[in-house]
Amino acid sequence: MFNHTTKRRTALGLAAVSTLALTVGAPQMAQADLSGAVVDFVIPFSESGGSAAWANFFAPLMSEALEGNPTVVVRYRPGAGSTAGANWFQEQTTDDGTLVFGTSGSTQFPYLLRDPRVRYEYRDWTPVLASGTGGVVYLPPDLGARFDGDMDDLQGEFFLFGSQGATTLDLVPLLAFRMLGLQVEPVFGIEGRGDGRLMFERGEANIDYQTSSAYISNVVPLVEQNLAVPIMTWGILDDAGNIVRDPTFPEIPTFAEICEATAGCETEGVAWDAWRAFFVSGFAAQKLVYLPGTASPETVAMYEEAMAEILARPDFVELSESELGVYPQMIGPAALVAHEAAITVSDEARQYVLDWLRDAYGVTLE
Amino acid sequence: MDILTIALPALGEALTLVFQPTQLMFLMAGVLLGLSIGVLPGLGGIAGLSLVLPFMFGMDPVSGLALMVGLIAVIPTSDTFSSVLLGIPGSSASQATVLDGFPLARKGEAGRALSAAFISSLYGGLLGAIVLTCVIFVARPLILAFGLPEMMMITVLGMSMVAILAGRVPMKGVIACGVGLLAGTIGSAPAGGSLRMSTYDIPYLVEGLQLVIVGLGIYAIPEVISLLRQDSSISSSGGLGRGWTEGLRDWWRNKWLSTKCAAIGVIVGIIPGLGGSVVDWIAYGYAVQSSKDRDKFGQGDIRGVIAPESSNNAKEGGGLVPTLIFGIPGSGSMAVFLGGLALLGMSPGPAMIRQDLDITYTIVWSLALANVIGAGLCVLLSGQIAKLTTIRFTLMAPFLFMMIAFAAFQSRQSLGDLVALVGIGVIGILLRRFDFSRPAFLIGFVLSAQAEQFTNMATQIASARFRNSFQTGIEYIVTPITVIILILTVLSIIIGIRQSKNIRENIDTYTGGKRAPFVFLLAITAYVAISVVDASSITRFGDKVFPLTVGIVTLLACLAMLAKMMRRPETDDLFIDLEAGGTDGAAPHGLWWTLSWFLGLLVLTGLFGLVIALSLFMLGFFRVRAGVSWMASAIYAASGVGFIVFLAWVLGREFPPGLLQEVTNLPWPFR
Repeated sequence: MFNHTTKRRTALGLAAVSTLALTVGAPQMAQADLSGAVVDFVIPFSESGGSAAWANFFAPLMSEALEGNPTVVVRYRPGAGSTAGANWFQEQTTDDGTLVFGTSGSTQFPYLLRDPRVRYEYRDWTPVLASGTGGVVYLPPDLGARFDGDMDDLQGEFFLFGSQGATTLDLVPLLAFRMLGLQVEPVFGIEGRGDGRLMFERGEANIDYQTSSAYISNVVPLVEQNLAVPIMTWGILDDAGNIVRDPTFPEIPTFAEICEATAGCETEGVAWDAWRAFFVSGFAAQKLVYLPGTASPETVAMYEEAMAEILARPDFVELSESELGVYPQMIGPAALVAHEAAITVSDEARQYVLDWLRDAYGVTLE
Repeated sequence: MDILTIALPALGEALTLVFQPTQLMFLMAGVLLGLSIGVLPGLGGIAGLSLVLPFMFGMDPVSGLALMVGLIAVIPTSDTFSSVLLGIPGSSASQATVLDGFPLARKGEAGRALSAAFISSLYGGLLGAIVLTCVIFVARPLILAFGLPEMMMITVLGMSMVAILAGRVPMKGVIACGVGLLAGTIGSAPAGGSLRMSTYDIPYLVEGLQLVIVGLGIYAIPEVISLLRQDSSISSSGGLGRGWTEGLRDWWRNKWLSTKCAAIGVIVGIIPGLGGSVVDWIAYGYAVQSSKDRDKFGQGDIRGVIAPESSNNAKEGGGLVPTLIFGIPGSGSMAVFLGGLALLGMSPGPAMIRQDLDITYTIVWSLALANVIGAGLCVLLSGQIAKLTTIRFTLMAPFLFMMIAFAAFQSRQSLGDLVALVGIGVIGILLRRFDFSRPAFLIGFVLSAQAEQFTNMATQIASARFRNSFQTGIEYIVTPITVIILILTVLSIIIGIRQSKNIRENIDTYTGGKRAPFVFLLAITAYVAISVVDASSITRFGDKVFPLTVGIVTLLACLAMLAKMMRRPETDDLFIDLEAGGTDGAAPHGLWWTLSWFLGLLVLTGLFGLVIALSLFMLGFFRVRAGVSWMASAIYAASGVGFIVFLAWVLGREFPPGLLQEVTNLPWPFR
């Protein structure tokens, strides 16, 4: 699993600080039993996204695991690329555990980039669960045949990439392509990664990536028919915070490996720091469950227990496989570390990304 | 693919899977839910599916599929009720049904229109299910043949329907469509995020206007207000006239039209990315263009009901093809459906079709069965429900205002939804009053985002190919499909312009003074001019070119029309003003006075939140406007508010809060 031991000291420190903050901030003792209550699991997205499926997966499990077996209802507050719902959550002062909030990379990115619409502060909230995912990049067979472990031979090639927008999760692949020196022209405006895959299948795009579950169900058949060649994954973070091969695709090298092997691409420096920060926020710790900062310590403890109980279910791996993939679900101190990593980027790296977005795509956040 | 050896046994196996008591029960539950939600104006597949989503997890896949498919399949059937009876599109798939269905209801032939619509829906739905069965193996190459240039051309074909729906003065149709297109560009650009006619200070506008709100504002509010001013019943004859058997006979007479329109529905449904919102217009346009006698369209021609209704159910079967084969949703409700499949442990894609073919085929059976049950129930109920049209409308209006406000609020859950609804409602009222084509506006709005996206993306890819070599570029743009669609588009525009004078929303015309129409057009021109200036200030080329081009074309049309207005006499069709005569002119209640009731509801909601505001509004309306006793007013108001609270509770929805809710902490549903 992820980050259970090595970063424990930081994690414990963080945990202590937040517990302290919570104890100070907690207005009154709240019941740690939700019998007969209705818990609102609010997500800042509509009914139709991956976050809805994720929340609807956890809601009944939470209902079983939480003290008093409350009814857990998923509620949708979409708007402004999820910033509207997060701004709303920022103002909530529920302390008895009847409100939890689920975020995603799309909520983290505007925060990291200091989007003017962001009026929420992640550090005010208490994370109780973090879910990760992975992604795989693939090429058409003719280009794939010219790939030999580095991108040196593909530098002169001209790539088209169907993208949802430069400030969405696609920021991670776009930045990776740039670091590898590839000439990739993004075709902005598709409405989901599935549309990008369709463009690839029609031959309109010639580079694409999918998150793990979509890759398994829709791209693996293409690979088997030799219509697509996987070249790299984003990898996952190991306990020490290093990027290592994705356990779901152990035979595919990571971006870090390809970058090392490619001339002109470095796994250190400001570009790498920026990529790593957005990778963690968008993939390794993509979806998080939060309690409001006002939640009482009893409530936090109750949720941590419930989450631990869910992950300890003997059938959890089987249940979650199709829905979430075999990726780390982090709780307790690990969730805190993931939370911290998902919302942290150095000023230098942020500025680097903002400059790049402006210069390369004319995208500004003002 | 061995269809005979693989598909047939799987189909049989799927049949036995579906025909189990439990599965049938879930299917029935889905159908009933879908019927109840579809009947309510403005609520469609997304609301229904998200209602059952929480129960999906851990369900047996066949039962879960039966529940969801049953629900999806009947919504385009049951949403016909509000389109025909109230003139309010029940969902985006039955916008075109309003054009002829509602006039039929006003003539007292609601039962006939409904039964023709339901039998068409049934037929279309079954055809869609059959196509889904056959093409699930072979559709992949077909879908892959539709690249961005092809999708762009289909969007253009959809837009060419404006020609036939433009009304008496083609220039007015162009302006209405142009303004609709511009309304669709409001907010942050989908590609680069540049703001268009909006600012971050008004976050509501940044996301743009939602189809639900525009549909309700452009159709529902003007109709409700207009009917309310008459203070009579919807059916002007006060009776039900010819019954539902007549509608069945109508359908039989037009079975070929129904077949062709169902085929259109299936094809448009299969192409991912287009969604269902154009299919009814294309089918309607086709029905008009292919008919010999067109004078009755728009005034209650039964073919105008049969065509869109045949196509919109067929679309669901077609829409499942890309959803199952590629895992790509063709519409909002299909996206939620995909989420539901994931909770059932199924991931759509080639792997699912190969490995779980029997389960996949249960979808086909559920679809077919749900269509039969749904249409049967609706036909049985249509005679009874049609009686609604004979009720005094003043007693019905508050309930409609309530539903419209609640449905509109679901789109963004912000008070801005209600403000936008009233604002667009006023535009809709004025468009209606001055005889600008509302369908043209709506088509423009619906297709705006698609037109911009597909054009920009296709251009980007094409220019990349042209840089490579001229030949690869040309091969990309000029394909047999694009050429065929181009020819269809040109034909459609030529026939449309010749025939548009026959399609009338308003039968009689009255012209009043020059001033009111002129001032309205000046206001439109001013808005378009501001849009052009705003668009030209955008720095990112891709975000600017579409609104700028559309804006300039619309501006030219506005100026040309203004010039014409100066020269023509005030009896010209240019100056049509429904307030100058006829039913509107003679209505016992004033336009603005009637509208102010709705404005009052909005203001009250801003102060006290929707639930309290509704209670006050309904009580006041029934007592003052409808003149019923306090006792009856209280009972009506209580039942209305009780119903909406129950609905919100079942759906797990919130109500719009007001200032009161900012300072106090009231329990649900008042908070």
